[in-house]
Amino acid sequence: MADIATHDTGHAADHGHHSSTGLSNNKLAMWLFLGSECLLFGGLISTYMLYRGRVQNGPHPSQIYDIPFTSVSSFVLLMSSLTMVLAVSSAHRKDDRKTNLWLTITALLGATFVGGQVYEFTTFYREGLGFTTSLFGSSFYSLTGFHGVHVSVGVIMLLSLMGIIKKNKITGDKAEVVELIGLYWHFVDVVWIIIFTLVYLIPS
Amino acid sequence: MTTATETHEDAQEHGMSDAGYIKIAIILALITALEVSTYYVDFGPLFMPSLLIMMVVKFVMVVSYFMHLKFDSKIFSFLFYTGLGLALFVYIAALATFKFFIA
Repeated sequence: MADIATHDTGHAADHGHHSSTGLSNNKLAMWLFLGSECLLFGGLISTYMLYRGRVQNGPHPSQIYDIPFTSVSSFVLLMSSLTMVLAVSSAHRKDDRKTNLWLTITALLGATFVGGQVYEFTTFYREGLGFTTSLFGSSFYSLTGFHGVHVSVGVIMLLSLMGIIKKNKITGDKAEVVELIGLYWHFVDVVWIIIFTLVYLIPS
Repeated sequence: MTTATETHEDAQEHGMSDAGYIKIAIILALITALEVSTYYVDFGPLFMPSLLIMMVVKFVMVVSYFMHLKFDSKIFSFLFYTGLGLALFVYIAALATFKFFIA
């Protein structure tokens, strides 16, 4: 116990604002936010699970899903988690050049994923699946659209982070800022891990 | 002395080396390939359980290693897994209410 307290106090000295637990307030807030995000995505996923069979006159999931394409998108997002964690690792080593390099690659991979989603949505729309075509369509676009927005916000956060690192405008612990955005990015990835299995791979 | 202390603190704080992260990513990629193979190969009655198990393994690996939850304070794990557990409980109950699990 004493060891933990010593470690936490030492750790606290390295970073800016800390709670009475010796942990970073920012990290606590981020984890709390991610915990609450589980409820948001849980609602969207369970709604999709309930309505995925309600196709009315529109196309059935098995008629429009392009598994090879989505598999590549999933792989791209998964690899962006690797580049993100390498950016965090470089930031902890105070290697700004490598941090920026990995953040750039992560943003590019994220943008590729979003581009793939836009292409997928466009294709589905052309094949007759609009947002109001069926309950399946509404729940599918809501779930994957919300996820896509999260990825897009993540890309914007990465680009902003690269900008403020370049201009040296981070006053506190730079590595912690990179880590916080990394946490958000990895969360977006784990949500996709669930969506890929439950939405695309398990047939209705 | 200082270097040794820093290395120790680094290991405690970050948990893994870059090579370690790459190994985790390779394992995740292999599991993803295995998941995709279920679309082409008939796994019979193992189809659903194997997909769900692979999904959970990937989830836990990313959260534990990439998000450092395995090496970080237990308070962070508590915050995250409480939200996740609550979501699972609420939505499984909601799905059960709509008789989702009855074939």
